[in-house]
Amino acid sequence: MAIQGDFQAHSQALARLDVPFRFVKKASELSGLAGLILPGGESTTCLKFLVEEELFEPIREFAAGHPVFGTCAGAILMADKVENPSQASLGLVRMTLRRNAYGRQLASSIRILDPEPELDLGPEAGRALEAVLIRAPVILEVGPQVRVLARTDGRPVLVREGLRLAGTFHPELTSDTRVHRYFCNMALDSSAE
Amino acid sequence: MAGQSGEQAYRLKVGLAEMLKGGVIMDVTTAEQAKIAEAAGAVAVMALERVPADIRKEGGVARMASVQVIRSIMEAVSIPVMAKVRIGHAAEAQILQALEVDYIDESEVLTPADEEHHIYKHPFEVPFVCGARNLGEALRRIAEGAALIRTKGEAGSGNVVEAVRHIRAIVREIKLLATLPEEELMSEAKKMGAPYELVRQVARDGRLPVPNFSAGGIATPADAALVMQLGAEAAFVGSGIFKSSDPERRAKAVVKAVTHYNDPAVLLQCSEQLGEAMRGLDVARLEEKDLLQTRGW
Repeated sequence: MAIQGDFQAHSQALARLDVPFRFVKKASELSGLAGLILPGGESTTCLKFLVEEELFEPIREFAAGHPVFGTCAGAILMADKVENPSQASLGLVRMTLRRNAYGRQLASSIRILDPEPELDLGPEAGRALEAVLIRAPVILEVGPQVRVLARTDGRPVLVREGLRLAGTFHPELTSDTRVHRYFCNMALDSSAE
Repeated sequence: MAGQSGEQAYRLKVGLAEMLKGGVIMDVTTAEQAKIAEAAGAVAVMALERVPADIRKEGGVARMASVQVIRSIMEAVSIPVMAKVRIGHAAEAQILQALEVDYIDESEVLTPADEEHHIYKHPFEVPFVCGARNLGEALRRIAEGAALIRTKGEAGSGNVVEAVRHIRAIVREIKLLATLPEEELMSEAKKMGAPYELVRQVARDGRLPVPNFSAGGIATPADAALVMQLGAEAAFVGSGIFKSSDPERRAKAVVKAVTHYNDPAVLLQCSEQLGEAMRGLDVARLEEKDLLQTRGW
């Protein structure tokens, strides 16, 4: 989704894995895709676009049959409940997110993740996995069907519910390919079915 | 950001700029304006005392905005808040850091505090954006620690001609560097007065090491689309919005034009029924002393 934010960084992450991609600004451009990434950016800005340009429902329809991956602002859009302030969202993952929960930019940080074994794949397996948190939200609560794939300081930062993957950090701002590899595998599995 | 290495801190500073790409950062002077900007879809607001067009008209010394105004803006919106300091005024920057703004703009729009030296920005935890008119100036600011560059344009003029000149200059100089053989880069670094290592990095990557936004004179959705088409990655709009007859509508239209900068049908839609744009100045008729872009080097 190339409305606003660091979609270029995501495309570079996909390019490192030799995965073809295209930028989506309109609902019609969703057709034929195996998966969709909602990038980091400003969630209020992206949300306004989704509503005004009538992308809200097309994305929900796409997500019914295809994998969707959101990072930071993207994860905020995917949640079913958002606080600080409360705002509308796509409701793709049963979780409650609190925006800017660590604080302002001064509280942004790079931390080391504690990944589940299924995420720790590819040539980088076993190495420390960084979480770049920029004015990041915090996942306060997840529904019973939501699996936590990575945590920092005991808090979930990457979660999966069915075909939906949501992270509060920015794997696209590192050269580590594990999280994108995991998502691309979801897309491969899903289109093989 | 406490406890982070210098390299990690710098990545976080550039990282926030990455999140602003494809968006519009709007100048605001009150909490009410900040709310209008946020509601229109701005990715960030820039808090300042007076918009550049008023600074130009009223004269006097233009300083950092009052702490109360900046704080009220920070309380009013959930998007990042930037604020301007005078070139070389490290103490104003320390105050803004203590206030916890999200970005500091060391800006030629305010009256310079130091005509020779810019702030040494690396030790600050809050990221800095700085203006530049060409690649050499951009790389000097990056060497001092800027995590985001914006072309200067001519603030408060409502005339996009200087913004166009500066974005074209930087894009052209980057392309040129990328074609040069290794042995010519030292001489090029000397000519542009930029650090050799950064010149080599730009030559190798074919882009700046930090995001490159555009500013200074953007008054219409078409202006914003133009600078994006020329290679800017986001746009700062100052006087253009709150000096127009219908700020709300214009703010929304500029935001939409930046996202769809390559889609003429959407640009047409954005340009309908906008009301009066700010009046604007012929930059060629401004006297040298009235130019803001020549402040800083």
